[in-house]
Formats: sequence, C-alpha cells, structure tokens
Amino acid sequence: MTTGTGNIVAPLPFPTAARRELADGQLRANLRRATHTIRDKRLRVVGEVPDWPALRRSGAAIKDDVLARLPELLEQFEAAATAAGATVHWARDATEACTLVTELVQRTGSTEVVKVKSMATQEIGLNEALAEVGIEAVETDLAELIVQLADDTPSHILVPAIHYNRRQIRDIFASRMPGVDLDKLTDDPPALAEAARRHLRAKFLSAKVAISGANFAVAETGTLVVVESEGNGRMCLTLPETLISVVGVEKLLPTFRDLEVFLQLLPRSSTGERMNPYTSLWTGVTPGDGPQTLHIVLVDNGRTETLADPVGRQALRCIRCSACLNVCPVYERVGGHAYGSVYPGPIGAILSPQMTGPDAGANRTLPYASTLCGACFDACPVRIDIPEVLVHLRQRGVDARRGRPSAERTAMRALAWTMRDRRRYAAALRAARRGAAPLRLVTGARGQVRRLPWPLSAWTASRDAPLPAGRTFRDWWAGRDRTGGEGTGGDRG
Amino acid sequence: MRIALFVTCVNDLVFPATGQAVVRVLERLGHTVEFPVEQSCCGQMHANSGYRAEALPLVRNFVDTFGRYDAVVAPSGSCVAMVRESYPRLAGPDPELAAAVAELAPRVHELSELLVDVLGVTDVGAAFPHRVTYHPTCHGLRMLRLGDRPLRLLRAVRGLDLVELPGAEECCGFGGTFAVKNADVSAAMLADKCAAVCDTGAAYVAAADNSCLAHIGGGLSRRGRSTPGAPRAVHYAEILASTEEEA
Ligand code: SF4
Repeated sequence: MTTGTGNIVAPLPFPTAARRELADGQLRANLRRATHTIRDKRLRVVGEVPDWPALRRSGAAIKDDVLARLPELLEQFEAAATAAGATVHWARDATEACTLVTELVQRTGSTEVVKVKSMATQEIGLNEALAEVGIEAVETDLAELIVQLADDTPSHILVPAIHYNRRQIRDIFASRMPGVDLDKLTDDPPALAEAARRHLRAKFLSAKVAISGANFAVAETGTLVVVESEGNGRMCLTLPETLISVVGVEKLLPTFRDLEVFLQLLPRSSTGERMNPYTSLWTGVTPGDGPQTLHIVLVDNGRTETLADPVGRQALRCIRCSACLNVCPVYERVGGHAYGSVYPGPIGAILSPQMTGPDAGANRTLPYASTLCGACFDACPVRIDIPEVLVHLRQRGVDARRGRPSAERTAMRALAWTMRDRRRYAAALRAARRGAAPLRLVTGARGQVRRLPWPLSAWTASRDAPLPAGRTFRDWWAGRDRTGGEGTGGDRG
Repeated sequence: MRIALFVTCVNDLVFPATGQAVVRVLERLGHTVEFPVEQSCCGQMHANSGYRAEALPLVRNFVDTFGRYDAVVAPSGSCVAMVRESYPRLAGPDPELAAAVAELAPRVHELSELLVDVLGVTDVGAAFPHRVTYHPTCHGLRMLRLGDRPLRLLRAVRGLDLVELPGAEECCGFGGTFAVKNADVSAAMLADKCAAVCDTGAAYVAAADNSCLAHIGGGLSRRGRSTPGAPRAVHYAEILASTEEEA
C-alpha cells in the first residue's frame, strides 16, 4: 500500500491557517452569502423527494458494496472498458499518475490540452506537472478558469472560486484574460459568462487533447460519467481527438442501473437542482464519433490505505457533492484554503489525513477542525458519519502517540482517574470550588471571569468564563437530605 | 417511577441551580427523584478528544451507578447523546459492558424527553414573564432529535414570550475542546450566534446544555460589558422550575 501524495497535504496547522483566513472580512462575507444561498436551495429540492432517506440508504449501500468488492469490480471495469476500445492504466500515487498522463499527452505531440473540471487531476497536481514539460492545460469550467487565471487554488469542491464575488471576478478577467473586451465586461453574470465563452471557444476548436475526471465509472459496462452544469465539459469530451480520463478507484458503481440512485442524489445535494443540465456518458471509443483514442488512468493515491480502516473507509463513499462544505459552520467562517488540501471542509478533514497518513504536513490537525455539530452527516447523500470518523481519527492519533509524554494526555488521565471514584471526585469538586472562592469576590454578581491563565486564556480571549458555584449540587443535595426534602432553597448558579 | 438524576459534572460544579431546577420540576409533578452519589462524568470530553481508554472507566461507572433505575434524566443534551449514541461504540469491544449499555441506554432521557414522552406532560405549571429565545444545541437537535419538545414545554409556561432565533440550527462554536484548540474559529461562530440572539430582543436565551450556554453566555456577558442589556443565558430547566410566586 502506498500513501497518497499531491495537493492533499496541509502545509500549516489548521488553527494557524484558519486565523489567516478569518482576518479577511470580504472572504467571510462572500462565503456566508454563497453557502447560505446553496444551503437553502438544497433543502428545498431535497424536501420535495419523499423517498430521500431511502435514496440515501441505497446510495450508501451501493458504495459499501463497491468498497467490499473493489478489486473484483476494478478488473471487471478494466475488461469492459478495454473491450470497448479504451486503454486502461493504473497509478499508485500522484507522481505516477502525473508521469503517465504527461507521457500520454507528449505522445500526441500537443502542447495544449483542454480540461473538464476534475477533482482527481487537482488532487494529483496535474496542471503543474504538465506546465513543467511545457504543456498548457486550459481549465474550461468557469469557476476553475477564474481560479486558474487568478493563479489561485480552488477553495471548494464544486465552486472552486466560491471565495470571490462578482466584482472580484470581473477584475480578474479584466487583468488576466487575454484579448478580453473591456467595454462589454461588467460584473453581470451573463457578461462574465460571455467573456469566458469567447475566451474558451477558440481553445475548444483547436485542442487535440482533452483531460477529464469522472463522477462515476460503471464496472458492468466500462462507462464513464461526467455530471456538469455549463456544457463546457461536453465540448471537451466530444471535440478533441484524444481523451484522457483520470479516475479515483472509488468512483466505481457495479451496474448501469445504479446510476438511477446517484443521478438523483448528486445534483440535488450539490447544486440544489433537480437535474443537472449536462450528463455525459461514454463507453470506450465509437468509430467516427467523438475522441478516437481514450485513455483511462485509475488512481489509487492513498485510497487502498483508507480502505484498510473499518471505520474510516466510509469516507470513500463520497461523491464530491460538497453538501457537507455548504452546511459546515467551520467551513463557512474559514473557507477552503484553511484546510490546505483540494478536499476542504468536513470531508477534507477526514479524507486528506487518511489518504496521506497522519504524518504528512499538518494533516493531523484536520480532524480537530470541527465542533462535531453533525450538520455534515445530516446533509451527506451517502450517509458518511463524518463526526464518527473525526472522533475515530482523533483516537487513532492519540493511540499512536501513547507512551510519548503529552500535557494533554496527562490532564485527561488525571481527570478520568479523579472522576471514576466518588470520593476523589467529591474532593476535587470541593477543591475547585474553594480555589474559585477568592475569584468570586472580584467578579461581581454575574460570577463571570474576564481573564484566565493559559491554556484557558484561549477561552477568555473572546468570552467570559463562569465560576464554580458557591455550593456544588451534591453538597446541596446532601444538606437537603439531612433536612428532609424541600425547604433548603435553591442556589443561583 | 424511580427517576434518577444524572446531574452531569459541569452542572454539579458550576451550574447546580440547573440540577436543583430539575428536582423541583419533577417533585412538583409528584415524582420522587433520587441522586446516586456514585455518579461523576459521562466521559464525553475524553471520548470526543480521542481518549477512549480514559473514557471507558467512566462508562463503567455510569452503567454501575444507573443500571438499577427505571428512568435516568439529565439536563444536558450532549451528555445524553454521549450515553445513547457513543457508549455503544465505546463499549463495543467488551461484550459484557456492551450488553449493559444496550440495556440501560434507552432509559436515559434528556429532560424534555422524560417530561413529554415518558411522563406525558407539556405544562409543568411554570411561570416566567419574560421574552425568551431558544437555541437548540447541536447534540439535542441532530443526535437526540429533540425536535420541538423543549419549545412545547416553554410555550406552556405562563407569561413567557417565546421568540424565534434566526439561524437557530447553526452551531454556537463551542464543541468542547474545539473552543480552546480552534479558539479563533470558535470565537467567529460565537460572534454570529450572539448577534442573532441579541437581534431577537429577548431577555434570555435558553438551551438544553449548560456547556453551550456557558459559551454563549460568556460571549453575551463580554458584549454586555460594552452594550448593557445583553440577553442572559439560562438553562430551560430553570425556566420550567420558576413559578408565579417568584415571578
Ligand atoms: S462527504 Fe458526503 S456531503 Fe460531503 S462531499 Fe462527500 S458525498 Fe457530499
């Protein structure tokens, strides 16, 4: 098993990166507006499907079946796709995948490729690898194009430019898009889309090679599926002579019929639409129609490693809809860049550290980037219990470091030791109360403390802290027992 | 019915008034409440921070302490969620403990579940003539699925003016050790929650969990130092315990 590499390693600890992003007020406002809009849309269209809970269960069950039979289904897929005229390649990690694709492009002699929006190619850092050998990759998805022109990285799975507003996008186009008509360029969405269309049209017509990912890969038939909104993907998938599709091994579905479930789950969960405008399906090569050469690169990059964990493997059910990002209160405040991986938000927090192993970069800080509020689990169309996996990964981290000194472990141990014995516990309560007594004199009626020493200073930096009460509950109860029930009055905490 | 109160460690030490309120409400309704003194902490912070080995003795202690009661009530959505949702997973590898947990867990109730589902009451005879808004904490909302039970109880309180909290289902940013480990993000979430609470014009923000309330109340109290009249945080059990004489 190899661990995953590429753009899934957080360079900075999450709290540090989050602090940097939180300082950007414009970003906060953009994210808040965008996530709330898409959240409301999703709720509306999910609410109108009476069998949504059953659909979610089917989605989860189909994916679990795929994960249980992955090797067998992959072989079936390879055989079917090969029979239909495709060439199937296997890549263990990001480096291998990039080398493979680069060589395939070089063999065509092209120095320019058009790209369909794809998470897998972002994950392996394909654009950078192609650029190194002088091949220009042109992103054709509008949001991906914005990010590429801005020399930025995606901050959302579905809407990579979600951190920009219209005005900012207009400015990016005005300064970075070659030959753009500045007179017609306003920050109106249709004007922006028109500018992108003109810019891309020429590329579509000249490109000989296209690179795509896939939302689904059907084992039974060897079919690949791309679900999109703009139609630019369809152009890439049909016009060029050569198509190279980079696909994570977990994208498989056993049968064609299974698409019935996922083509209902995905659009409603991702864009909040009943159906996406363009769904492209292709099986191998069709003589005289579409690309005449099809390469499929199946990428592992840490997926097998993830599969080995019985609790964590549910992350591989993910269909990259981004519903969990849109409902996440942490993502909403910090945006995608804080997670340092192409997979941000709740799914990123459980996927990146599993794919790379916890020692890569600062990935071990990601499972703590959550309050465990559970909004992600409720939204996930394939019922990934993200809070469960977050806690599991925290536990794996703690277990892996057992035997090494840690202040946190010492505190947790001491606390557990005190709490599992009632006399120790009662004594500790009394001590805490007594310790707080002097503070009580200076805090006034509300009993709130303004500043506490480290590490609790992190609490009092932005909120007051309550003090232990004058009398613990158990002391009150004991006194009440002696006086025989009611009549001892209540303490105001 | 033998009802045992699991007061929770935070309430025992910092918010005893909430435990006292639960006792008063249940006794007013004619029930006998017992407080087994062997109880301590449910182990939630340990388990959620990844310290399963440290949490396990607390799971055992909980099962030993409460196993003999018909019903256990706790004024904390997250501690009840811990027992019902996480105990089975923690106890899993130990078949004996797992069986004891499976047997006990369904009898452990958050206060509103006990009142509405088990005892069948929504009007507990309380009076609280104030404007109140309610924050449904995440574990109450999404793990226990408390739904509108606390709201039904509050609506039946004499004189209480219940106002809706915009964005109520959004997390307040507490999250246990998250508030310290990711203090900046937590503070950003808290600021938005406090703003929403203040906008309602309520005098009190109520919830089913004093840990979230300490976070929200701490934020409001800090705000209150610059803008007096900020709402106060109160556990809804204390509202249910208030009567006309005190009002
Ligand atoms: S984890 Fe679930 S909600 Fe999040 S992107 Fe994946 S499928 Fe969508």
